Amino acid sequence: MPKLIINDKPIEVEDGLNLLQACELAGEEIPRFCYHERLSIAGNCRMCLVEVVGMPKPVASCHMAVNDMRPGRDGSPPQVRTDSAVVKKAREGVMEFLLINHPLDCPICDQGGECDLQDQAMGYGTDGSRFKENKRAVEDKNIGPLIKTIMTRCIQCTRCVRFMTEVAGVSELGAIGRGEDMEITTYLERGMTSELSGNVIDLCPVGALTSKPYAFKARPWELRKTESIDVMDGLGSNIRLDARGREILRILPRNHDGVNEEWISDKARFVWDGLRRGRLDRPYVRREGKLREASWAEAFAEIADRFEAAGPSKIGAIAGDLVAVEEMFALKSLFTAIGSPHLDSRQDGTSFDPAKGRSTYLFNSTIAGLEEADALLLIGSNPRREAAVLNSRILKGWRSGRLKIGLIGEPGDLTYDYDYLGAGPQTLADVAAGKHPFADVLKAAKRPMLILGQGALARPDNAAIIALAAQAAKNLGMLREEEGWNGFNILHDAAARVGGLDLGFVPQEGGLALDAMLEGARDGDIELLYLLGADELDMSATGDAFVIYQGSHGDRGARFADIILPGAAYTEKNGTYVNTEGRVQMAQRAVFPPGDAREDWTIIRALSERLGHKLPFDSLAELRARLYAEHPHFAASDDIARGNIADVAALASGKTTFEDRPFGAVIEDFYQTNPIARASSIMSELSALAREDDHGATGTDG
Amino acid sequence: MSVRRLDPEQPASFEFNAQNLKWAQQQIAKYPEGRQAAAVIPLLWRAQEQHDGWLPEPAIRAVAEMLGMPYIRVYEIATFYTMFNLSPVGKYFIQLCGTTPCMLRGSEELRAICQKMIGPEKKVTADGLFSWMEVECLGACVNAPMVQINKDYFEDLTPDIFTSLLQKLKAGVAVKPGPQINRQFSAPASGLRTLNTDR
Repeated sequence: MPKLIINDKPIEVEDGLNLLQACELAGEEIPRFCYHERLSIAGNCRMCLVEVVGMPKPVASCHMAVNDMRPGRDGSPPQVRTDSAVVKKAREGVMEFLLINHPLDCPICDQGGECDLQDQAMGYGTDGSRFKENKRAVEDKNIGPLIKTIMTRCIQCTRCVRFMTEVAGVSELGAIGRGEDMEITTYLERGMTSELSGNVIDLCPVGALTSKPYAFKARPWELRKTESIDVMDGLGSNIRLDARGREILRILPRNHDGVNEEWISDKARFVWDGLRRGRLDRPYVRREGKLREASWAEAFAEIADRFEAAGPSKIGAIAGDLVAVEEMFALKSLFTAIGSPHLDSRQDGTSFDPAKGRSTYLFNSTIAGLEEADALLLIGSNPRREAAVLNSRILKGWRSGRLKIGLIGEPGDLTYDYDYLGAGPQTLADVAAGKHPFADVLKAAKRPMLILGQGALARPDNAAIIALAAQAAKNLGMLREEEGWNGFNILHDAAARVGGLDLGFVPQEGGLALDAMLEGARDGDIELLYLLGADELDMSATGDAFVIYQGSHGDRGARFADIILPGAAYTEKNGTYVNTEGRVQMAQRAVFPPGDAREDWTIIRALSERLGHKLPFDSLAELRARLYAEHPHFAASDDIARGNIADVAALASGKTTFEDRPFGAVIEDFYQTNPIARASSIMSELSALAREDDHGATGTDG
Repeated sequence: MSVRRLDPEQPASFEFNAQNLKWAQQQIAKYPEGRQAAAVIPLLWRAQEQHDGWLPEPAIRAVAEMLGMPYIRVYEIATFYTMFNLSPVGKYFIQLCGTTPCMLRGSEELRAICQKMIGPEKKVTADGLFSWMEVECLGACVNAPMVQINKDYFEDLTPDIFTSLLQKLKAGVAVKPGPQINRQFSAPASGLRTLNTDR
């Protein structure tokens, strides 16, 4: 543990830190542009200069390892000054250089108000420049529909280049030319294809890379900031919603080391324009084959009649991918009160059973556990599409040389190399039985893990696949009770899934599961279906059943519905979401739902009264009190209630008769996976571009 | 230096010829598995030599594919090093040193000759024989002023010598590289000052 004296203050820091981090630990703020905690060190902006006593010149603190610093002549710890005249002058000098070529267009720059250069010029610069010559000008680059470039503003910190290579895993950005003529661009100005590309907007310390859809929309100080949770995938990325008036104007990531670090996918970032298109803002009732506007009272009256007519045994409820725990709890309570056992929140048709234990359906190693893993078996999973941010963690492990990866399923470009083991369940059976060479890799590993993805789960024989995977986990040393390591992981792609399973929003005793419910709808065994935000179903399969759709967007579900109840999107309600690793997180309301739309639990609460089964809560706090009483783990926000490892081992004894057909890709279009994304014009544009790329790609794409 | 861009007119494809391909594979084999990218500069250079002294865009892709590198990484290298010509050059490509020692010894006059006899900088003559550009120090200051024509240095130039050199090249007459005055390499121009007596 090296000791230092920073501004006369002795401090002892951990091995392997750099001087910049040590100064921060000592409470000194060090200005920087190119340095970023999660990227490699470039050391090219020179803004972080500090004075090390005994060294002839100021040193770039980001690139100075504390372990390499020499003690004073008398053996005293190395002395560092961040407040001396030398440092002040050095910073002023660097700032003056950086501003030589930086345009003075702050009034028309979207970065204004949240610009590192602006802030640091105020904090560390001088009041003027001695530079009389013309400023350089750089042509703007077209790098896709998300990122607007004003390259004259670029200060060549290369954060974006390093991010794309190291975190996004696609080397698409680069710095061409050199010196004053250095320019950031893609190869021949091709659009970027990464699903994490939007993060370079946050990384850019100046206004060179800004958000194209958000261009000239607002200034940061006008925005109301709400901390919330993303629902575009099962990861539960932490986000910040920036709203003005009734509109969400942009979505930014928040730092959470255990979940998304500080990245979010493009889908999470740019989906906001979908929140104002195709919205359901009033109830609709189908009369003479056409959906007509109605009042809440009319809609409820119609629903009450239908519930009455169908009776408790012929009604079913299906919860969708984006719903929060609260409304599922309310709906389950209502159906329990009415006496219907037909509930299902597994819109993908999987057979997870909460009764078998929480660990049978969680990402047990936890997302942060990927940092320890040294062997990984991907089964029917394309993490790049199912959880793009998680994929960057896998990439991180692979880049460090620690993680060996094998894939069973559809091969694709995952941004890292992997051993392709096979296409379907037979290969998985071989690996589980130890007959495949990759089984030895897993056996030899200290922290082996597997990820079961949607390709392996969204098929009728998923129970057998899960049992096979559990066998693999058991046989290949992934379940290490004594070390507390559980390498059996399910990667859910829906934000609501784990919450629904935790609640037990699955068929109750004698209840029908999703497929049986839809079949029942065709046969007449189910006369009424209550779709709570469920859009990813084959709607034509609902037959003659009376369909009530409650949700935020006029998408597939609403089109086939007989009654539409307008609900709130994830930005418009306070809701609890549980991510794929079982972490309970709270989303906050940033804006109000449009028109007559209401928060979803209140609709169900109001309806329950009309149906004569009044739910025993009148406020969200009361609902949550009930929820926490029944399921205590929901009360522990940002916490993971770990499941038992033994439950996974128990899964292994399940039946393993599978259909021998390959694991397909479930997410064909990353940008169109849910109603909000389908309503977004930005997502449609990205989706069209991605399709073009798939067909028209030449050679190695990065 | 100025902004370096790919030429707007590019050939449809680029392939190493058999001889160069064999050579390239030898270069790649010099580096351990996973470090093939180390061969990028020799390969680009050979591609430029094969392609009449300039590097076309398809060659950048071809080299990237041979080395398993992303295109942008090779593009960065090709635009960083000024030794890679991104636009066509003449059969005789003249690099005129304009750095201080050469300038003091008259390189500005040589530049005027280039402009007069060849035309504007970085433009190939209509007959495809000549193009020229000013470069930074080529490290032959003791023989200043000098130019590099293709791979050879022509040193100790005067306006007259340089003019006749260009005329000879144009006429297809053989020329001798090295010092163009009566001087051996970089030995003193005014004759030996030391070691000049028989002991």
